[in-house]
Amino acid sequence: MHIVVCTKHTPDSEAKMSVDEAGNVSWGESPLIINPWDEYSVEEALLLRDKHGGTVTVISMGPQEAQEALKHAVAMGCDEAVRIWDESCAGSDTLATSYVLAKAVEKMGDVDLILCGKSAIDAETWQTGSAVARRMGYPALMYVIKIAELDPDGRTITVERLLEEGRQVMSASLPAVVGTTKGINEPRYTSFIGIRKAAKMEYPLWALEDVGAEAGKVGAAGSGVRWPQVFAPPAREGEAEIIEAETVEESARLLVEKLLAEKVI
Amino acid sequence: MSNDIFVWVEQFKGQPAAASWEAIGAARRLADERGGSVTACVFGGEGVAALAQDAISYGADTVLLAEDATLADFRVEPQAALLAKAVREAGPAVVLIGATFRGRELGPALAVELNTGCIADCTALEFEDGQLVATRPIYAGKLLSKCVIPERRPQIFTTRVRAFPKPEPDPARSGEVTRVEPVMAEGDIPSTVTGFLATEGGVSLADAGIIVSGGRGVGGPEGFEPVRELAQVLGGALGASRAAVDAGWIPYEHQVGQTGKTVSPDLYIAAGISGAIQHQAGMRTSQVIVAINKDPEAPIFKLAHYGIVGDLFKVVPALTAAFKEKLG
Repeated sequence: MHIVVCTKHTPDSEAKMSVDEAGNVSWGESPLIINPWDEYSVEEALLLRDKHGGTVTVISMGPQEAQEALKHAVAMGCDEAVRIWDESCAGSDTLATSYVLAKAVEKMGDVDLILCGKSAIDAETWQTGSAVARRMGYPALMYVIKIAELDPDGRTITVERLLEEGRQVMSASLPAVVGTTKGINEPRYTSFIGIRKAAKMEYPLWALEDVGAEAGKVGAAGSGVRWPQVFAPPAREGEAEIIEAETVEESARLLVEKLLAEKVI
Repeated sequence: MSNDIFVWVEQFKGQPAAASWEAIGAARRLADERGGSVTACVFGGEGVAALAQDAISYGADTVLLAEDATLADFRVEPQAALLAKAVREAGPAVVLIGATFRGRELGPALAVELNTGCIADCTALEFEDGQLVATRPIYAGKLLSKCVIPERRPQIFTTRVRAFPKPEPDPARSGEVTRVEPVMAEGDIPSTVTGFLATEGGVSLADAGIIVSGGRGVGGPEGFEPVRELAQVLGGALGASRAAVDAGWIPYEHQVGQTGKTVSPDLYIAAGISGAIQHQAGMRTSQVIVAINKDPEAPIFKLAHYGIVGDLFKVVPALTAAFKEKLG
């Protein structure tokens, strides 16, 4: 089994985000981390490797900072890591990003399973996994909360995936793209040995020409979406009205009256 | 250039998703503003034809209807293939899709299929200087971004659930329904759906008008009982904070927040939830927020519209009783 995990780096979820007048986004002193949703994909890939044998390669399209995400994945236990970047990748939307990731997977050639997190906590488009599947022509299995069965010899996979009404059980042939969600596993902490290994590891950098990607299909030129303006949401006006009466029952009644007056019930 | 808009209509076992009617409402408003027609794409299994008239009532001018066993259970491949074919033939300027699980999967697949952009989870869509501009939250709503698809067509947008009002249906509206055939045969679809495990105890968080959530303050699995009872009395859904889910008190499906579901109900009641930034990210756009917490300094009170400082095990049952009394 060769499993590829797609990842990216994001500001920490605790980060206080701000934007200056020029529209530059900042996350203050907060560290850049592996996108938290991707940790579930890395963990699942390691569990599958340990059960079925094979290797796990973690990939990311991104500038130097993206190496932080790769390092974390290696410290968790991934075998190989590749970063893909070129100046012209800047400004890529998910249409362009999925193209580059798909090209990298094609270059590897022998991939059985691609794992992605359900979304990234920065831009939150939820799109890359589904787009990569479409690019590759592989079955898309998104929001997976359980891999019920994986048969590398029979080349099939069966998953349970979350939809609004419950869990849909789906089977597909390999290779496939699986988007993981929280609940599928409990991502492991990185070990001291893992961190040492990640620190010593070589992180190959593939340029566009290395993966055979056409320059016109990446970056802003290869993207459909532009995001000319980023701004802070207006602060909510006013303070909470604290309801305080003689007894809890009376407070409850007062609150119910106010909510009925708001016509939200 | 066409100003026409396509809207993908989602359904589960013939039941339409409210998000699709919200998207039709948004499409109708844009079409009325700029001219152009609204076409609803209803692709499902046998019996889904009943939704065609609903789509027209909610504001569609015409319907493309495909009724076929291959489209009964949602799979992205046959839906994207058929939608892409319909778009290529008619050339709409815009495609709107409700940003549900299914819609968030379909949008980017369609974008790849048509080599165009897809803007996810829009909370507003407005024309500015003739360009359709989408507003969407990023970094869990800590910031907002304005996005455009300036060159490619169609422009695909997924609309965040409950961000656009669901229109009042007008049963007197009429429109043409055109039947279309699926483009993928069962043998060409790379996956099969072999079962469905329904979520127990009914109301889906994303669609709920009222949500009552419990957090660390509920103290354990049993602590959710009064919270659950209040949700039931209000006909709402049961939510939870990450702390409660991580503690194993309630399944992940109930989690509201940055690493759970993003919700936007009319009323959100947070019981025993301090209001960490991750939780706020998932519920800050709720219309009215009520906080119940022992700690008057809890950050949730900064976000809430109404608050009661006190023990949730006293306050929540008192609220349940008061609602029962008022609502009969």
